[in-house]
Amino acid sequence: MIEQDADVVVVGGGPAGLAAAVSAKQHGANRVIVLDRNQWLGGILPQCIHDGFGVEEFGISMTGPEYAERYIEMAQSQRILCFAETMVLRFNKALEIIAVNKKGMYKLKTKAMILATGCREKTRWQSMIPGSRPSGIYTAGVAQGLINLYNIMPGKKIVILGSGDVGLIIARRLKFEGAHVMGVVELLPYASGLPRNIVQCLDDFDIPLYLNHTVTSIAGKERLEKVTIQQVDDTMAPIPATEMQIACDTLLLSLGLIPENELAKTTGVEIDDYTGGPIVDERLETTIPGVFACGNCLQVYDTVDMLSFDAKKTGKHAAEHSFKKQSIKQDRKKGLTVHAGDGVRYVVPQRIFTCGTVHFTLRADTPRGISILRLTVGKKELLKKKLLGVNPVSMIRIDAHIPTEILTNNKQVEVTISDT
Amino acid sequence: MIPEKEITCIVCPIGCKIIIGKQGERLVVLNGNKCKKGIEYARNEVFDPRRMLTSSIRVKGGEWPLVSVKSTNPIPKDKIFTVLEEVQNTTIKAPVKSHQIIIKNVANTGIDIITTKTVHSLKKQGNFL
Repeated sequence: MIEQDADVVVVGGGPAGLAAAVSAKQHGANRVIVLDRNQWLGGILPQCIHDGFGVEEFGISMTGPEYAERYIEMAQSQRILCFAETMVLRFNKALEIIAVNKKGMYKLKTKAMILATGCREKTRWQSMIPGSRPSGIYTAGVAQGLINLYNIMPGKKIVILGSGDVGLIIARRLKFEGAHVMGVVELLPYASGLPRNIVQCLDDFDIPLYLNHTVTSIAGKERLEKVTIQQVDDTMAPIPATEMQIACDTLLLSLGLIPENELAKTTGVEIDDYTGGPIVDERLETTIPGVFACGNCLQVYDTVDMLSFDAKKTGKHAAEHSFKKQSIKQDRKKGLTVHAGDGVRYVVPQRIFTCGTVHFTLRADTPRGISILRLTVGKKELLKKKLLGVNPVSMIRIDAHIPTEILTNNKQVEVTISDT
Repeated sequence: MIPEKEITCIVCPIGCKIIIGKQGERLVVLNGNKCKKGIEYARNEVFDPRRMLTSSIRVKGGEWPLVSVKSTNPIPKDKIFTVLEEVQNTTIKAPVKSHQIIIKNVANTGIDIITTKTVHSLKKQGNFL
């Protein structure tokens, strides 16, 4: 067993892990180690070769690999230790991390730890598509990696289920590489990707978009031969006699993302049922002291820019925890629970232990026009903000001041979104 | 003025629906744009539609078989597949740095194709460990 000490250990070397590590170092943590099971740093970014990254953060539009290299260079110039091909097996509440790579087993004793384990794509089994089990069915992200990293085409005649941005971008990419994209099938009455991607990925290339449709059957012996798509009603149930068969050799699934927290769960980090990520406080610390979270394992973000913005805060708080361990004394029995009220699907953070300005990220539970967002404690309104249209696909970010007396005299703060 | 066409702006994630119309022989933006960039985009979209192009180029002897590339400026829409053909017919040797020019004046557009990633030679792999 190779034993090492660290101030901050980051699990995951994707955009969140790198941003958090760079920030932890900038905020005074001395020995910062990033662990990643892949051969490379940057997580999913190297396969996202399209542009549009960094607009909010740096004011310029970059491709995924360019954005990743920016952070990799920052990490290297700050002498952050990055262990690639290193798998974290477990950690305990004393912050001892057991990891393994080609050199052997490691025991890293750290003062603070950051979970940046990212997310995974939903698969066929999460959407329960009936039919046979031939080859030729991939998640959109896996296909993207095969094409953009490994020079492997997943197929020739392709159907895409799900109109999220990944699905739309992969449709254009396949077209560029000479494949026939038979169509994009979307269960909802509207596309879940950005309008600009509908235009430049589908409309530009006359790729049909089937709204209010889903794949109801998969057929093929060895290789996929055809899929059946069917129109759905208001309750999303397939409408009889609307079946349409599409001959294809490949089905790509772009069904959404799920935060990856298997490692966190084994040590007893409490998970929020709605975000799928750890329950955190305003310092982005989980329910295990010294263990922080950031990135898509905390909640699935809309853009990498916003993800990095929050991950940097996680890095700062983890650094402060590492060198001021004794001075941060929180009474975890006191404090506020943040409740997602009417019109709100979830709110991060879920707990507040210190007074001052708190940064909230949240999502609405349904699309609305002009609406009012409120933060209330009992009958007292802490914040009221007018929103010009809300949509569950767009994360809402607000800052609110939590005064000392509110924190000490109350148990719960509620966030609501309503029409009036 | 007669509304002629609706254009979805792709400059930013908002995606304004811009209505354009005809004033005599001239095309004008009627409404829908939330910023100035929308006017420029709508005008270009009618007279000279262009798109940023990203793809990848084969690499020999590298830690990866491909390097990602982009156009230095938006490419005229009707030349996208001509540009892609040139990109697909190109192979380069590792090592390659990010922002290296690979194809100058691609398909006579006056635009270059540059790399967006660093690909080390195979023997250098895993150097950051």
